[in-house]
Amino acid sequence: MKVLKTYPEKCISCHVCESTCSSLYFKEDKPELSCIQIHDETNPPDMNVCNQCQACVAACPTCAITVNKQGVVMISRSLCIGCLMCVAVCPTDSMRSAFGKHNPFKCIACGACVKTCPSEALEIVEQ
Amino acid sequence: MIERKVLAEYRYGLKPIEKGYNRRTLYVNVGSKEIKEKPVSDMMIDKFVGGKGFDLYLMWQGVKDDTKWNDPENEICISFGPLCGNTSYPGSGKSIVTTISPLTGIPVDCNVGGHFGPYTKFAGFDALELQGKADEDVIVYIDGDKGIVKILTAPDEHINSHVLAEELHREFAEAEGKEQSISVVSSGEAAENVLITCLNFSFWDKRRKVARLKQAGRGGTGTVFRDKGIKALVVKYSGLKVDTNNPEDLPTLQKTGLKLHKEIEAGDDTQCRMHQVGTAHLMEIMNDYDLLPIRNFKYGQMPEAEGLHSREFTKLFTQGMADGCWYGCSLSCCKAVDNFKPRTGPYKGQPVTVDGPEYETAAGCGSNICVWDPKDVVEINFYCDTYGVDTISFGTSVAFAMECYENGILSKERTGGLDLSWGNADAALELLHQMARGEGFGVIVGQGVRRMKKYFAEEYNADPKFLQDIGMEAKGLEYSQYMSKESLAQQGGYTLALKGPQHDEAWLIFMDMVNNHIPTFKDKAEALHYFPMFRTWFGLQGLCKLPWNDIEPADNAQTDEPAKVPEHVQNYVDIYKAITGRPMDKKEMIRQSERVYTFQKLFCMRMGGGRRQDDLPPYRAVGPVTEEEYLSRQERYDNLLKEKIGVDPTGKSTAEKMEITRKYREDQYQQLIDAVYERKGWTKDGVPTLDYIREIKMDIPEVLETLKRFQ
Repeated sequence: MKVLKTYPEKCISCHVCESTCSSLYFKEDKPELSCIQIHDETNPPDMNVCNQCQACVAACPTCAITVNKQGVVMISRSLCIGCLMCVAVCPTDSMRSAFGKHNPFKCIACGACVKTCPSEALEIVEQ
Repeated sequence: MIERKVLAEYRYGLKPIEKGYNRRTLYVNVGSKEIKEKPVSDMMIDKFVGGKGFDLYLMWQGVKDDTKWNDPENEICISFGPLCGNTSYPGSGKSIVTTISPLTGIPVDCNVGGHFGPYTKFAGFDALELQGKADEDVIVYIDGDKGIVKILTAPDEHINSHVLAEELHREFAEAEGKEQSISVVSSGEAAENVLITCLNFSFWDKRRKVARLKQAGRGGTGTVFRDKGIKALVVKYSGLKVDTNNPEDLPTLQKTGLKLHKEIEAGDDTQCRMHQVGTAHLMEIMNDYDLLPIRNFKYGQMPEAEGLHSREFTKLFTQGMADGCWYGCSLSCCKAVDNFKPRTGPYKGQPVTVDGPEYETAAGCGSNICVWDPKDVVEINFYCDTYGVDTISFGTSVAFAMECYENGILSKERTGGLDLSWGNADAALELLHQMARGEGFGVIVGQGVRRMKKYFAEEYNADPKFLQDIGMEAKGLEYSQYMSKESLAQQGGYTLALKGPQHDEAWLIFMDMVNNHIPTFKDKAEALHYFPMFRTWFGLQGLCKLPWNDIEPADNAQTDEPAKVPEHVQNYVDIYKAITGRPMDKKEMIRQSERVYTFQKLFCMRMGGGRRQDDLPPYRAVGPVTEEEYLSRQERYDNLLKEKIGVDPTGKSTAEKMEITRKYREDQYQQLIDAVYERKGWTKDGVPTLDYIREIKMDIPEVLETLKRFQ
């Protein structure tokens, strides 16, 4: 299973990962539109991102959420009807929604943020 | 592939919905083959809102004062409401069906899930109005992707819903794998022979790859459907998105929906367990509180009911499925038994998926007739659904027949050899198969309790008074499955309900009997005003009642009025405004309902019902009819004599005590009616007053002209 692994002790809370993610997928630099979210109220910071646990897959009423060959949980935009039930069942609060956007979104372990992280706090691994 | 001839075709322009409304309805006459659209006026929206309101308004224009259920001008109206079809808030996919009922002769309304309502709405219509009688079986097909309505021939071999619905899903889907864009309305073979019938509204279960069936259960809608020669309604719609309703304020809608999703995720396991077992979670609760109907509502509790404990149904239901009857319903209460192999009837041994049993079915087709094996209940449930029989009326009708058998009114000679002893599941199933085949004693049971009472009195010389006392019907409709004997408020909740004794207007037993929160007549009348009005609102909008109070916010008990679930009521205000963009508050919700409720009341009066004499319960719903009932709860009844009536039971015979109890309870019920009528703005005869009609701004010509006849 391909997953984005986080190393909070290395994170410097620069939020570059959030910018990278939201800019890539939404063409907007907004932390609330990022699949990875850094909450730096704690030390080390909480790096919240999908661990590909698949809890959302069974909850989807249209079978829009599937697992690809790499073990990554994917959302089909054409099948998704935006009910956000997957957001509620996510045990790590890593399925995202932004009110006004049609579909939920989540980390697909693309690795873009790994490349821009200046402190090597992120890594794509096989589990 | 079945060859179908096109008998009529109508093309309409596709256009986006505006804030929950299409502003047009669809009229189909299956007799004359006329298909047309009708505009939705501002008046319709202001006064009737949508859903049941639109149904009743359209049907009012279509029928005459003396229209009977099987007259061609009788209509079946199906409407959806402005909030229907949103995928954000749980329980938002309901259709409301109305027709002049073959059981009651007045309008009946049913609130039903499945995808037909939302898809038909998104196909372009705020309501569907069916009229006329076809001379050969037809299918009405609405293609919401292309904007075409067709009346097609229906030479299909199968009528029973679990087969027909699945075939039509496959036939009308664009391709394999697209069956989810289809929904079917159908009934079954029994609807051609008996009156206690239903309509099945389908949705395609993508994981199970079967058509699931939800029932518009009450009042014989299936019989009207088949009498019109309609084999099925089919709709196709493929374009569903989160904003298909074109809401005014999508972010608020999403935010409110997500809040409830999270509440359900956090609370359902410790509250109602709807995810695991649906409404069948009520079985042991009702038994514990002496409220589960047993032996035709004689008793509310028996040790044998342990066999129908919800844990037994939990084992039968496939767990972990997204069992919502509409998208976005995280309450997911529509559970299913998979790979069930019936042991009787035409589908014996064939694996089928059975929807349910829900509480009403488990109680009606289980405890009330003393069938204690959950698998027998599942089998009765399966055949009821596929034959198009209402499980509630079936349960209550069979319970009545079994009590008549127990009392010697019926015998094997009179039942065609069927032993109708309590608990004989084989006999209950055979009655069902007879209803489908149109033969035997099953056809008599299938006429419902009111007609059985008349028949048994006329043909078998049975005592009409005893039959009246034990026959659990009012207005011609069978009671649903709760014991109301010890809750005066619930006796009113049932018997004052406009369509007949269904609990969807008010369920007040805990408030009244258990928690004693509404002790006075005034309190009870207030509850019997507020809750029927509040619950009517669901039917105007296309919503389900369950996410209102089958999940509660964690701090609900600390609110001023926990029974109303204030936070959830506010959610409804918020999503109404978010979709329609119209003003709304908690008072206006009730006002919207009052207008339609009053209209329905006048509609009942117009059709010859709706008066005080129609609001009387059989005594079985009020108190102990037989000595064995009294003696089974003697301590309770003796105490009531002492404490409530002020009569010392010492030295009195059971018959004497029963007579005093009866007189007291019947008098209490009459006082309740007076209080409720006054609160509802009605005269003592049950006629809405002109002042009240003006106050709620429902003084439209249809209402005023009808009212004149009763003043």
